Amino acid sequence: MFKVHDLIAKRISLVVNSKSGEHSKTIQDQLTRQSRSSNLGNYLVEKVFFLSGMLTIIILFLILGFLLINSWPALQEISIIEFLSGTRWMPSAPEPGFGALPLILGSVIVTIGALVLSVPWSIAAAIYIGEAAPGKIREILKPVIEILEIFPSVVLGFIALVVISPVIANVFNLSSGLIGLNGAIVLAVMTLPTIISISEDALKSVPQDFKEASTALGATKWETVRNVSLPAASSGIVAAIMLGFGRAVGETMAVLMAAGNALDMPIREILHIPVPTLMQSLRTLTATIAIEGSDVPWGSTHYHALFVLGLILFLITFAVNLISDIMLSRFQEVNRND
Amino acid sequence: MTDLATLTRIKKIKEKLWFTLCAFFALLTIAVLFWILFDVISKGFSSISWTFLTDRPREQMTAGGIWPAIVGTFYVASLTIIISVPLGIASAIYLNEYAGKGLLVRLIRLSIRNLSGVPSIVYGLFGLGLFAATFRLGTSLISAALTLSIMSLPWVITASEEALKAVPQSFREGSLALGATKWQTIRQLVLPNAISGMATGSILSLARAAGETAPIILTGAAFFLPALPTSLGDRFMAMPYHLYILATQHMSPGQVRPLAYGTALVLIVLVLALNMVAIIWRYRVRKKQSW
Repeated sequence: MFKVHDLIAKRISLVVNSKSGEHSKTIQDQLTRQSRSSNLGNYLVEKVFFLSGMLTIIILFLILGFLLINSWPALQEISIIEFLSGTRWMPSAPEPGFGALPLILGSVIVTIGALVLSVPWSIAAAIYIGEAAPGKIREILKPVIEILEIFPSVVLGFIALVVISPVIANVFNLSSGLIGLNGAIVLAVMTLPTIISISEDALKSVPQDFKEASTALGATKWETVRNVSLPAASSGIVAAIMLGFGRAVGETMAVLMAAGNALDMPIREILHIPVPTLMQSLRTLTATIAIEGSDVPWGSTHYHALFVLGLILFLITFAVNLISDIMLSRFQEVNRND
Repeated sequence: MTDLATLTRIKKIKEKLWFTLCAFFALLTIAVLFWILFDVISKGFSSISWTFLTDRPREQMTAGGIWPAIVGTFYVASLTIIISVPLGIASAIYLNEYAGKGLLVRLIRLSIRNLSGVPSIVYGLFGLGLFAATFRLGTSLISAALTLSIMSLPWVITASEEALKAVPQSFREGSLALGATKWQTIRQLVLPNAISGMATGSILSLARAAGETAPIILTGAAFFLPALPTSLGDRFMAMPYHLYILATQHMSPGQVRPLAYGTALVLIVLVLALNMVAIIWRYRVRKKQSW
């Protein structure tokens, strides 16, 4: 199996032979040539691997650059201000409108709605799994919850469409249950595994000394969780929530199938004050790209406008992921020092 | 004294209440999971038949089966793995075997984590713009596979790196001490010991790629095709997109509901089965490795 041995044997014989003197010069040459060629080989191999290592950085910049270049024609024609503040998204109408505000607002409020549901749920579940569950139950719960993460999003969207939306229509007495709330519910379910598992990791990485000290002072297990573990793990939990936000805001199929996709501003006036609402059909940034991207004429203003939406999405998720990344690494560092 | 006793008892009751509440939410998560599974299995099971799996959609998708969608998903997922696994493994080898701990490596790791957070529809848009429009590959099997490959690259890298990390450092030192070069060590010692871990990671990536819908909508999945794709430049049908079409784009959604449930069931079974294979394989490999 090991060609290494051959190589070593060859080298030893070369060295031994070289001591006999006669051919020493040629053998010396042979040695250096051999080591140089193996150095060259190693050098090339390393360069190839280095390039593959760089691939992810290249791709990240390629995506950003590509989104920017393809957004540019649309941004020249329509000002960025109209994009961000216009309320009419009608890119293929005779008098096109490129106001993405309803879509941005739609994405943001569905995501926030999802997190309002899933954050308390996930943290409670994480506390149980990390701090209260007996070992055997935890061993079962953790992998089972991870199964939720591998469900294709189109299946969850389908369930929201055919099962949850009729229930919503019934409960709130609406003609259709395909509203923001439906999207928020399915997104909440999708963010559960992410937030639960990272929060649970954060709780577990709180140093045992802290918990023991609290117990020694007479605190019950719950008081320890509430007053020691949760505050100590808070930055890890916030990072988990931000990752959940990133996942929810970028999710396409589930909201596309669940939230109805109407283009109105998701706003209702209560006492003459405009309030964002989940109780009507709305459309997200992701759903818009999916709906319009497959039949948009390449190179049209509409085509480039979709890249602007993609750019907005990319920047939102990039910022959120970066912040959560920094928080997580800082959290891990603090706990390591302890 | 009695005050203290009651206080402790109240504390104990409070603790019990809170933990019960937490347990409720943990179990609720499991309940949601099983409820979804139960719903799809119970309503999809009656649609599954030999015809459903091997026939193409007929009579405007109200009858027949999903064979072209199964084949399309198989093609695009396999191509994705063929492209992304070698690149991902090479990248993982660089990170784990060659790279030090400098700024560059931290940047690479940061970009891997960020790539895994980029929304799938943005990958779709990127693939549409780069592969389909700029490289003139059109909306096709190859455009979709390249797009999915880029998307699954961070998953493959992370899994492969974990497999490489599991190979003990002493193996490498032993080999280097015998005079082997770095590349010989990697090729003859590290890779053979890490290959099954990499394989399980690749299977998990395959399962995720097979379930993805958003990127392929933009880069090559077709509404309906009378024939199977015969070249890389053809468009294709795929199970997740087919489910989306049946559920939302069909003229009579009520009529095709059983077919939609059947498609959802096949898709879920496929994804779960691939995951099970990977998990069992990983378990057996870990048992065999005695170090």
